[in-house]
Amino acid sequence: MALTNSAFLSVRDLVVEYTAEDQVIHAVNGVSFDLERGKTLGLVGETGAGKTSIAKAIMRILPDPPARIRSGEIYLDGEDLLKLSEKEMRKIRGRKVSMIFQDPMTALNPIMKVGAQISEVIRLHNKVTGREARERTVLMLERVGIPGDRADDYPHQFSGGMKQRVVIAMALACNPELLIADEPTTALDVTIQAQVLEMINKLKSDFNTSMIMISHNLGVVAEVCDDLAVVYAGEIVELGSKEAVFDRPAHPYTRGLFGAVPKLYDDRERLSPILGLPPDPSNLPQGCHFSPRCPYATDPCRNDKIPLREIEPGHFSRCIQVIRPEG
Amino acid sequence: MPTLLEVRNLKKYFETPRGMLHAVDDVSFSIEKGKTLGIVGESGCGKSTLGRVIIHLLDSTGGSIYFEGEDITNPSPRKLRKLREDMQIIFQDPYSSLNPRMTVEQTIMEPLVISGRFSKKERQREAERLMAMVGIDQRLRLSYPHELDGGRRQRVGIARALALNPKFIFCDEPVSALDVSISAQVLNLLQDLQDQFGLTYMFVTHDLSVVRHISDDICVMYLGQIVEKSPTKELFALPLHPYTQALISAVPTIDIHRKKERIILQGEVTSPINPKPGCRFARRCIHECKKCHEPQHLEEVLPNHYVACCRVRELNSL
Amino acid sequence: MLNATTAEVIPSRVKRQSELAAVARRLSKNPSAIIGFVVAVFLVLIAIFAPLIAPYPYDKQDLMNSRKPPSPQHIFGTDELGRDVFSRVIWGSRFSLTVGVLAVLLGSGVGVIFGALAGYFGGLIDDLVMRLMDILQSIPDILLAITISVALGPGFFNTLLALSVGGIPMACRLMRAGILGIRKQEYLEAATAINASTLRIIIRHVLPNAFAPVLVSATMMIGHIILGAAMLSFIGLGVQPPTPEWGSMIAGGRSLIRSCPWMVTFPGIFIMLAVLALNMFGDGLRDALDPKLKK
Repeated sequence: MALTNSAFLSVRDLVVEYTAEDQVIHAVNGVSFDLERGKTLGLVGETGAGKTSIAKAIMRILPDPPARIRSGEIYLDGEDLLKLSEKEMRKIRGRKVSMIFQDPMTALNPIMKVGAQISEVIRLHNKVTGREARERTVLMLERVGIPGDRADDYPHQFSGGMKQRVVIAMALACNPELLIADEPTTALDVTIQAQVLEMINKLKSDFNTSMIMISHNLGVVAEVCDDLAVVYAGEIVELGSKEAVFDRPAHPYTRGLFGAVPKLYDDRERLSPILGLPPDPSNLPQGCHFSPRCPYATDPCRNDKIPLREIEPGHFSRCIQVIRPEG
Repeated sequence: MPTLLEVRNLKKYFETPRGMLHAVDDVSFSIEKGKTLGIVGESGCGKSTLGRVIIHLLDSTGGSIYFEGEDITNPSPRKLRKLREDMQIIFQDPYSSLNPRMTVEQTIMEPLVISGRFSKKERQREAERLMAMVGIDQRLRLSYPHELDGGRRQRVGIARALALNPKFIFCDEPVSALDVSISAQVLNLLQDLQDQFGLTYMFVTHDLSVVRHISDDICVMYLGQIVEKSPTKELFALPLHPYTQALISAVPTIDIHRKKERIILQGEVTSPINPKPGCRFARRCIHECKKCHEPQHLEEVLPNHYVACCRVRELNSL
Repeated sequence: MLNATTAEVIPSRVKRQSELAAVARRLSKNPSAIIGFVVAVFLVLIAIFAPLIAPYPYDKQDLMNSRKPPSPQHIFGTDELGRDVFSRVIWGSRFSLTVGVLAVLLGSGVGVIFGALAGYFGGLIDDLVMRLMDILQSIPDILLAITISVALGPGFFNTLLALSVGGIPMACRLMRAGILGIRKQEYLEAATAINASTLRIIIRHVLPNAFAPVLVSATMMIGHIILGAAMLSFIGLGVQPPTPEWGSMIAGGRSLIRSCPWMVTFPGIFIMLAVLALNMFGDGLRDALDPKLKK
């Protein structure tokens, strides 16, 4: 991948802050990436890294206050979303860009039938009759593997996995060009997760939807994504194709993540955890945000702002060290 | 190695308005001293309930539990007090397992206070020792849980569990709520403690990679029953029960070059309320046959490898 | 040995505030809470130092100087019996505040016990307690206070009892809700696992954590009780003359409200101050006790 200007989605130098009491929390610190049509980008990182803030910034659903998009540009199909009025943004949400949240339990309105919730989205963005909306709703439900006659059931009558599928049906009802999925399978059992991921993959290719998949689970990202951005303390520390990042992880944090994860087909006696803790977002370290925990850190790492460097075509790392691949 | 814990035909049923919920149904296994038994399964399989029955946070409905050879199924109150010192628990949720109004030191010392055997000075010294043992800085002694991150809170929970020198610890998904880098630290800690003190663990989780890493033996549970039981390496090398096979194949792998045959299960988990006899997995199993609806039993199909499936031999050419 | 797993990177500020300090800090950032607190303290101080502040005894009559408007000798004027209104208002604060605080303590105390039993044990006990509370709550608390006051007769202690009963159901429900809210918290299971007795669990683990809403409600209730005491005196129950009580002072001055407005206005202002102050402080307390999750 390259940071070009012709991509479907282009985020440039996004900065998001939260103000709480007397502190400023630097949630997103200058994030840039591109996404091409039909491709899927994974945003990987741990809790508090800023991935959800990035997603919500794109959808412009950050609560303001306490959040504020300080600066940056988000170009969707050539248009800067941050310059649009709220009215114009409403036309885009649900239609051009849709989002799936992590917790299916709270994403659905408990007192509304699921069919009605899906139809609501359809009618909001399309001039269709009630009957047409209903037809489309049933179609969407069957597409996600739920029998159409369940459109008149309430959310509590579905299991967690099925609820999430309803949420996905809602998100895809208007055939959006960009789907943002924030940890869509984290709350689901492993076997249900496999079902849902397979379904997402199929729908993506049927509709040629571009997708941003947020996850802390490297395995999920490997299943679904073409490209990968590793997020740490509000910055992208590594960016590249899935193959490049998985086979040749360059940034010490990425390597740390791979080392810390127990693998299914691996017989190491002990895991190699990343020492220490993620930094306090209201009090970020000067220089490289990862330097306090990095086994390779030197003084320039701790003092200077580190830019993203292209280490091989299409593969970027925010690190000034050249680290030999482990033998 | 001698057997520390043995469970025979353990049952736990709950009465609900809709019928009898078979949370744990006829479970049997044993754990040797110093080893880790992994119990893996998805939500609703009964693994958490199983652990709580074993350490007597819940009463059992049937079956028996043996600890160090002794029958502890229905202990007297006095015996229970002693047992609780030997059998401890580490919880899943670092946010709700610590009293928000007690400091780290108070939480760790509480078991000692209750036992009544330690003076104040001794308690403080013990708390210091325990904090060092689990890797919490002494400066955090007077901190409250809301000031600590998930990983540190889990360590406090571990220190509390260790306070009375238990022999057995029921680990209820202790790292599921933690970030990857922190959970690795905690897993290493648990292993170190086991090596140092000869602890015996029953480690419950839904995460196959974690259970593989930490367990010596594994039981796979589905809807209250054990469907497969074997040493860890063998379970992954040769999973025999169709559910185990589906479970392992469902785990998303980070080895992107590994060709995977994905077994996608159809349908949803059936209800544990008033279950019909026979294999509870049958309805979702691609190998379902008529015989599956008769009661199934765990059979030793290979040395030390037990499976509860009437077609296991034929499907795996054994 | 185990150090590789710990690798402590202690955050630069090792925050070691006790919970009390954290709450106090949050309160201090809330202007209306501070105002409420200051005014409430002011009133309490007036009550405590009444003998020193009041220039005249509250029952000293001076029929020659009755119904006089505010003047340098009587800054709040005099009432129909020539008593100094200022002194009576000052002394009145003692009774009003004492009744308010004690009635709330009594009512909440009883309510908390019932609520704790209902919430912790559930089942039949829960049903019985809640039906009892339903009965109590079905009667408007002012009517309840009036009824009990009539039944018991006048006097400080009887008024106290009459006013405290109305506060029992609220405290009970809040406590019960608080307990139900923490029932699923694993630290309760943890306490059982380390051999804690039921009593210890309730006192050490359940009560402190379920108590916050009760505290807020109790604070706001003091103002309500003060109003209730005033109302009782106004209709002739409750505290009897010559005991100065803000409500009875308003009652006494009711017929003279056109000619001697000061008899009614000043006690009224003080009632308003007390209720407002406690409500503002209570509001701030509710916000401050709410654990704020930044993430």
